[in-house]
Amino acid sequence: MEGEKMNEELEKKVFRGRIKVPYKHTAGAYVEKFITEIGKNNKIMGVKCPKCNKVFVPPKMICFKCFEKMEEWVEVSKQGTVKGFTVISHSTPVLPLKPPFAYGIITLDGADTDFVHIINESDPKNLRVGMRVEAVFKEKPRKRILDIEYFKPI
Amino acid sequence: MIYEAVKMALDDAQMEPKDVDAILIGNMDHFEGINFSEMWCGIDAAPGYLKPVVKIATGGTTGSSLGICGYYNIASGFYKNILVVGWEKLNEGGATTGIITAFDPVWERPSLAGALGPLALMANIYAVKYGISSEQAAKVTVKNRRNAANNPFAHVQMPNITIDDVMNSQMISYPLRLHDCCPQSEGACALIYANEEETKKITDNPAWFKGVSTAHYYTFGCDDLMFDLPTAAIASKKIYKKLGIKDPVKDLDVAEIYEPTSWSELSWTESLGFCGRGEGGKLLDEGITQMSGELPVNPSGGVLSSNPIGATALVRFAEAAIQIMGRGGKRQIPDVETAMGMGFGGSLWTELAILGKDPKPLR
Repeated sequence: MEGEKMNEELEKKVFRGRIKVPYKHTAGAYVEKFITEIGKNNKIMGVKCPKCNKVFVPPKMICFKCFEKMEEWVEVSKQGTVKGFTVISHSTPVLPLKPPFAYGIITLDGADTDFVHIINESDPKNLRVGMRVEAVFKEKPRKRILDIEYFKPI
Repeated sequence: MIYEAVKMALDDAQMEPKDVDAILIGNMDHFEGINFSEMWCGIDAAPGYLKPVVKIATGGTTGSSLGICGYYNIASGFYKNILVVGWEKLNEGGATTGIITAFDPVWERPSLAGALGPLALMANIYAVKYGISSEQAAKVTVKNRRNAANNPFAHVQMPNITIDDVMNSQMISYPLRLHDCCPQSEGACALIYANEEETKKITDNPAWFKGVSTAHYYTFGCDDLMFDLPTAAIASKKIYKKLGIKDPVKDLDVAEIYEPTSWSELSWTESLGFCGRGEGGKLLDEGITQMSGELPVNPSGGVLSSNPIGATALVRFAEAAIQIMGRGGKRQIPDVETAMGMGFGGSLWTELAILGKDPKPLR
């Protein structure tokens, strides 16, 4: 009881406030190109470093190892290999799908970097590292990364 | 944006990313709606992959804290060279949102938080105390924005702005009108620091650090002086004494100072000892701080022409170095031997660096 009283006393001395944090984010030409290609043409595009020849998916402007600007666009496969995964079983309001579903690290054929996305497989027993998956595109694209709706096991 | 600045600096020094020992980056959390900017820019845009990268964030002084820490790292012998880069992208967030979190929730956030309010109060106190007119302040904007026309990197290009334009611009926060205030800019500034041995490989025309000086301060509400920028008076006295500078107007050839408002430049030139208290306007009227004057102030166009916060004070040091290296193009002052750069920010903080053409002590 003594503890509760102390908490009440403390509570009175606490100032509660709220700060609005408005922002905008210039996603840039690389994001624009990637999102447009998946939505319009169902193509997954990466960029290639002119120095180390590594293909980055998702695309970015600078190769962090070579400090080179990457400007050569290459199409990579819609299919890839799962390198690792986790299964979401607890539901929260911000999730894109109803659990259970998986998030996987996927190496697309033709890419040198890994890509994190949803694997829509409701039975976790069917998931394994090394399994092959393929992108499923949204029928009505909304210019979001979720225009690749999910990857399905093949 | 950051990559462009870093690439220009590295190319100019004929260096590859692998040649860089360590990297200091500077940017203010929350100012562009992001946090922990090391994640966004420390590896890709500045070549920090597998290198020591340290971020410095001290508000308006971020750039000068960066510039001074770059000097400490080299002067201490810890690194043989270091890349120093500051930036801000103010189009994307609200700087005031970020600044507000620095202030006391009960006493300060509802009234004095942000940059504009305190600067307006300081201008008002200064104007009344010394009898300075709005017209006098407007002359600073006219000078600096004319100078900015000679600087291809300056954000606001208004070479034909007049005193009337400033005095008739929108009132923002009395007595500050729109053109009494600095803009919100996007920009990045990158510098290469090196020790004496390493410098020989990079250039035969470097700018040398002669000394640095810092004074920090905090007013809780207004429990200490809110005008006459005491930190600038203290920091400048210290550095002049250390370097044997008796009369800064004679001994310095150019100064790049951090004036967030037109009024600030008048007041700061007094605090820095370029003239007596209340004489900032007279100093300007006599032409001393003009491009052709005895001590030109802000040939770059100053903060009134560009303010990408994390870069702004580093730009002051960079412009001082550019003047010494004689690479200022149309904004070059002839025969610069000694130049001062000033950072202002934090809670009325001042950070100074004096650079010179000669590596030997001043005198």
